Formats: sequence, C-alpha cells, structure tokens
Amino acid sequence: MYNRSFLDNRLDKIYNKVKAGMRLDLNDGLILYESHDLSGIGRIADFARRRRHGDNAFFVYNQHINYTNLCINGCKFCAYSRDEKTGGAFTLNIDDVNLKILERIDEPVRELHIVGGLNPALPFDYYIDLIKSIKELRPDAAIKAFTAVEIDFISKIAGLSLDETLAKLINAGLSMMPGGGAEVMSSRVREKLFPKKISAQRWLEVMTAAHKAGITSNATMLYGHIETTEERVNHLILLRELQDQTGGFSAFIPLAFHPQNTQLSHLHNTTACDDLKNIAAARLMLDNFDHIKAYWIMIGEKLAQVALSFGADDLDGTIIEEKITHMAGATSAKGMSREEMERIIIAAGFTPVERDSFYNPVTKANANQ
Amino acid sequence: MQMNLDSRIDPETALDLLNNTPLLTLAEMADRKRRKIHQDNLVTFVIDRNINYTNICVSGCLFCAFYRPENHKEAYILSKAELKQKIEETLKLGGTQILLQGGMHPGLELDFYLDLLRYIKNNFPIHIHGFSPPEIYYIAKKSSLSITDTLKKMIEAGLDSIPGGGAEILVDKIRKKISPGKCTADQWIDVMRAAHKVSLKTTATMMFGHIEKKKDIIRHLIRIRNLQDETGGFTAFIPWTFQPDNTAVKVRTATSAEYLKVLAVSRLFLDNIPNIQASWVTQGDKIAQLALFFGANDLGSTMIEENVVAAAGIKFRLPKEEMIRLIKNAGFKAAQRDCFYNIIKLLTV
Repeated sequence: MYNRSFLDNRLDKIYNKVKAGMRLDLNDGLILYESHDLSGIGRIADFARRRRHGDNAFFVYNQHINYTNLCINGCKFCAYSRDEKTGGAFTLNIDDVNLKILERIDEPVRELHIVGGLNPALPFDYYIDLIKSIKELRPDAAIKAFTAVEIDFISKIAGLSLDETLAKLINAGLSMMPGGGAEVMSSRVREKLFPKKISAQRWLEVMTAAHKAGITSNATMLYGHIETTEERVNHLILLRELQDQTGGFSAFIPLAFHPQNTQLSHLHNTTACDDLKNIAAARLMLDNFDHIKAYWIMIGEKLAQVALSFGADDLDGTIIEEKITHMAGATSAKGMSREEMERIIIAAGFTPVERDSFYNPVTKANANQ
Repeated sequence: MQMNLDSRIDPETALDLLNNTPLLTLAEMADRKRRKIHQDNLVTFVIDRNINYTNICVSGCLFCAFYRPENHKEAYILSKAELKQKIEETLKLGGTQILLQGGMHPGLELDFYLDLLRYIKNNFPIHIHGFSPPEIYYIAKKSSLSITDTLKKMIEAGLDSIPGGGAEILVDKIRKKISPGKCTADQWIDVMRAAHKVSLKTTATMMFGHIEKKKDIIRHLIRIRNLQDETGGFTAFIPWTFQPDNTAVKVRTATSAEYLKVLAVSRLFLDNIPNIQASWVTQGDKIAQLALFFGANDLGSTMIEENVVAAAGIKFRLPKEEMIRLIKNAGFKAAQRDCFYNIIKLLTV
C-alpha cells in the first residue's frame, strides 16, 4: 500500500515534534534545509500551516511607494540604491507622493507599503509630513512604513530616542512597520555585504521599541547569497526569541536574493527548492509567528502559488509598480489584479481571503470601498 | 489517501486524483512511483536544438502563434545553408540530436522531406527526431501513400524517431474547436501505431489548459496508455500547458499547481511509459525543478533554439550548466542522454 513514511527518515522526528507542539531546535532547522525530501518537508509545513489557518490564503490590496533611492549604506546585494556619485538618484517630494496616491485614489487600496533609502538630505519633518499627507488622502488605509534601518536613521536625523521617534511617527499616522533590512543576522555576512547597515542587535532593538510602542511589524530574511544554512537557522531563532518577548511580529517574509545588477552578480538566482525550503523552514521554526508570506514579486507567481502548500498562508499584495526587486532582474509581473490573485489561490486548492494589514478579512460588502 | 502504487489506476480514480487530491499528496504518490521506476536517482536531459524547417502551415490551429500563411511576408522555408549552420552549432555544443518540425506546408512533396533527411544524414552525425504525426499524416495524404509506406521511406532517408507533438488533446470534440485542420485523435494514434510497428520510437505530448475539461485530460491519457500496451513504442510523455499570448484562444494560462497535478497524475496513470518530462519551456526553471518531485525524471532538452512556444510570449532559457545546477540542487544526479534515454555521461558542473 501507499506508505506515508518519509523518504528522509530524519523528518519523522521533526514531524512528531511539530504534531506534539514541541519547539524545533537548531539541528531540526539544519535538517529542514539540508534534506532533499522536498514533499516531506512540505507535508510537515502544510500540517502546521493548516493547523493555524485551515485552507485560508490571504492577500492585501496594496500600493508600494519608494520615496527615495538615495542611500548611504551601499549594500552589495542591492540593485536599487544610488548615491550622489553614481547618479540616477531620486527623491520624491511630498507633492510627488500625493500625486502617486491620487493616481489610484479610486482603487480600494488598504495598505501603503512605504520604504526608501537613507538620504541624509531629508529632515525629520519630511517623514512626518509624508505620513500625515498620505493619511489625509487615504484615511482608511494602513500606513506600513520604514524598515528598522530607516527608523534608526530617522531617529538620528531627528536627534531623538527610538521611543520618541516612533511616538511621533505613530502620532502622524504610522500603523505598522515592514520587516526589511534584517538581511541575515550574522556579523560575518554583515561585514562582507552590508557593513554600513545597522547591526542585527540594533535591528532587534528597533523592532522591540516598535512593538512596545504598540505597533506590529513584519520580519524578513534575505537568503541565497553568501549565508550558510546555520546562519539562516540562527536568524530564525533570533526572530523567534524576540517574538516570545513582544509578540509584535505579524508575518515573516523570506526574501530571495536577486543577483542581477548588484555587486554580487556572479551568484546564481535561487532555485525552487531553495525558495520552498525557506518558506517551510520558516513556518516550522517560527512556531510563534502567525503568518508566513510567499512574496510572489521575488519568487514569481508560479512558485508563490505552490508555496501555499509548503507552509505559506499569505501572498502579500496586489502591488502595482514594484521597483526594488525588478531593478535586480526579477521577471515576475509588477502587479497582480485581485481577480488573478483569487484565481491562483483557488486553483491551488485554497480559499482566498482579502485582508487588511492586520489580517482582518475584507468583506465582500466593503471590498471596493 | 491510501493507494497501491503497484497496481494500475483506473480512469475514475485518475479523475478523482486530479479533482480532489491535495497537491502535496499527489506529489508524494507520483514521486514514489517515479522512484520505483527510476531507482538510480538520475535526472536526464538531451542536448539538442529545435529546427523548424518551415512556419508555413495550412492547419490554422487557434492556439498557435507560430504559423504563417504561404504568402505572408514572415513565411519561410529554411535553406540548406541555414540548416547546415544550425546543425554545426548544435554539434559544437555537444548536441546529439535535432528536433525537426515544421508546418503542414501545402507546396512540399514527400521528396522534399526525403531530400532534407538525406542531406542531414549524409553530412552530419546527428540523430533526427522529426515530424509529428499531423505532418506525417499530411505528407502521406499528399503523396497518396499509406502512413507505413511514408514512414518506411523516411526511415530509409534517415529519420530516427518521431516527436509526440500535435496530440494536443486526443478528443475530437476538442480538436474540432481548436485545431480543425489537423488530423483526428484516431489518425494521430494511427500514425504512432504505424511508427511503433516499423520500430520507430516516439514520444507523446499533451497540451492542456485551453478549452478541455479534466475528463478530457484523462481520456487523452487513456489513449496513450492503451496504445503503449499494444506497441510499447513510447519512450516518454510530455504534458505542457497552452500559452495563450498571440493566439486566438482567449483563456488565462493554466497555473503551476494545475500543471503539477496533471504531471503527477500522468506519472501515476501511465505506468507503462518509462519517462515523464518536465516542460521548462512553458513552466520556467523553478517549476521545472519542482516537477522533479511531481513525477518527472527528465528535463527534456537544453533547446539551443526554440521558436514555437517563444512565439506565444514565453521565453525562458536554460543552458546546460544551469540545468545541471538545478538537478543537483534538488538532490539528484545529472546525466546527458540520447533520444532513446541511454545515458551518454554523468555530468557535474
């Protein structure tokens, strides 16, 4: 008879732990990455995913705004940033941003995802005004803005503490923070690829402060460059430990490195196995995170659909005009309609749930408001 | 889902698998079936090139973005000089075969094809995998010869094997709508039967994701399995999804989950066909790699040149080195094969 034991018998122990609600350790995480029993890994992750979400698969109707690409960090994996020497730098003024919001004001956008580079020319008031003016135009949408890296930078520009900076931004309308800038929390990788960026410890401090200030955030990991498997698992464990303390993380988003047009262009793109293992390992290691996203912009629509069976419960957003990953050679579409999002979810055997930023379902009655 | 993977699956069960079985369960079942048939942990591919000797075709299939009418400014027939250059390039890249296909050209007689085959065979040490059943059926009819006699002449001129194209969905109700000018399902099967009887090996394909229903997919699989029981002449089965851009069929491309399910059910149902190919040309490198866990044991060809799917808006490239990397990254060993699935050599990057 058809035998449902694992091809890789190391997965038996992991499955038993997951079923019993026991926490996975570093060694379990390493096995999840190293095993070639992809469907076995998927089966365990799918079990954990369905225990939390049944067959619901979430997405949000959102809009991205990148307010500047000028950045003093010069991370080697980035194809998006420019500095004054290289040329091609831009910064949107508040009117430009308003125009972008107004261009789509008739669409039912529920979340604005706002990130940019570290531009020393921008005063603290710029960030406050940015949020205030968007909030005025889009009072019902959630403003998810500024990675921990930007928040740290903004607080320095403002000459304020993290808590004070966050309080002022929240007061202006900030309701959530994206999870970018975590990269891989390893000092070895940081030294080599992004030495000017804040340390892992500081990234975690910013997130702690944000959660204490009452807003939620996402978390990410950029994989597929020079990091080791152990560094990936340790990254997940660091996130899990902070989540134990604050409970403020909403979703984890594994980010597939895209080498084209970066200083690491000699590296390969990630494979489907890499992408799905990162999603499954995240689902299983991050037992205290509600949501694991398959970010279709990075892994493509086709694989993101399959990722719903490998632990992911969220396809992120409809997104129009994605820039950062496409500068690094992404071949996915730049936007996806609500209908297309629902079609791929249903075709994968799941139930589409349009959500707001806080995972409240958008009911049919108010879907187009 | 409890299922005996050693016994034959009936059509109702296959339809139920396609409709009601979760993606990963299907993957596990197909993967086990594949590992029973192929215990060497190998993933194979061939180095070849698609050569489309003409794009002139009277078939007028609604799903095709490649063909042109005879008087169209983009209509062409390849010259021998072009053919020579393409084959030399293929050999230089380690290629062992060419996939020689064209259209149903109203002006070309059997002699043209025989001359083409002889020219290639006399000048180059290369396997000719050529002419899908609709072309052979059309050539035979134009020449007032039986299919068997046509095939015998082609074999004598140098034809080595036949690709399984033009099968689309082997259900006439569907064919009448999307490819009314092409041979019927019975005629497609007849050509393959005749080919197998004169010892030509062939592949079989299925193009889905247009107007067919799930049960039509199963009907297609039944016809392939039945003929294989009779002749044993199919080396591989290659399902792929219709690409709607630039064609007259207005549907959305089948999703990757649908592709992978059909692939898995094909592996499970076609218990008498040794090899199942992943279609990286229509699915891209990521889903092609994933297909190796859904029953596929072969990545087809490096396809130094591909024109037909590219005309419908899809252009993926997958060089040999990248193919090897994907195979190893998935935990398999990579091997270059010939058209008969003999291993030529194991490959490392």
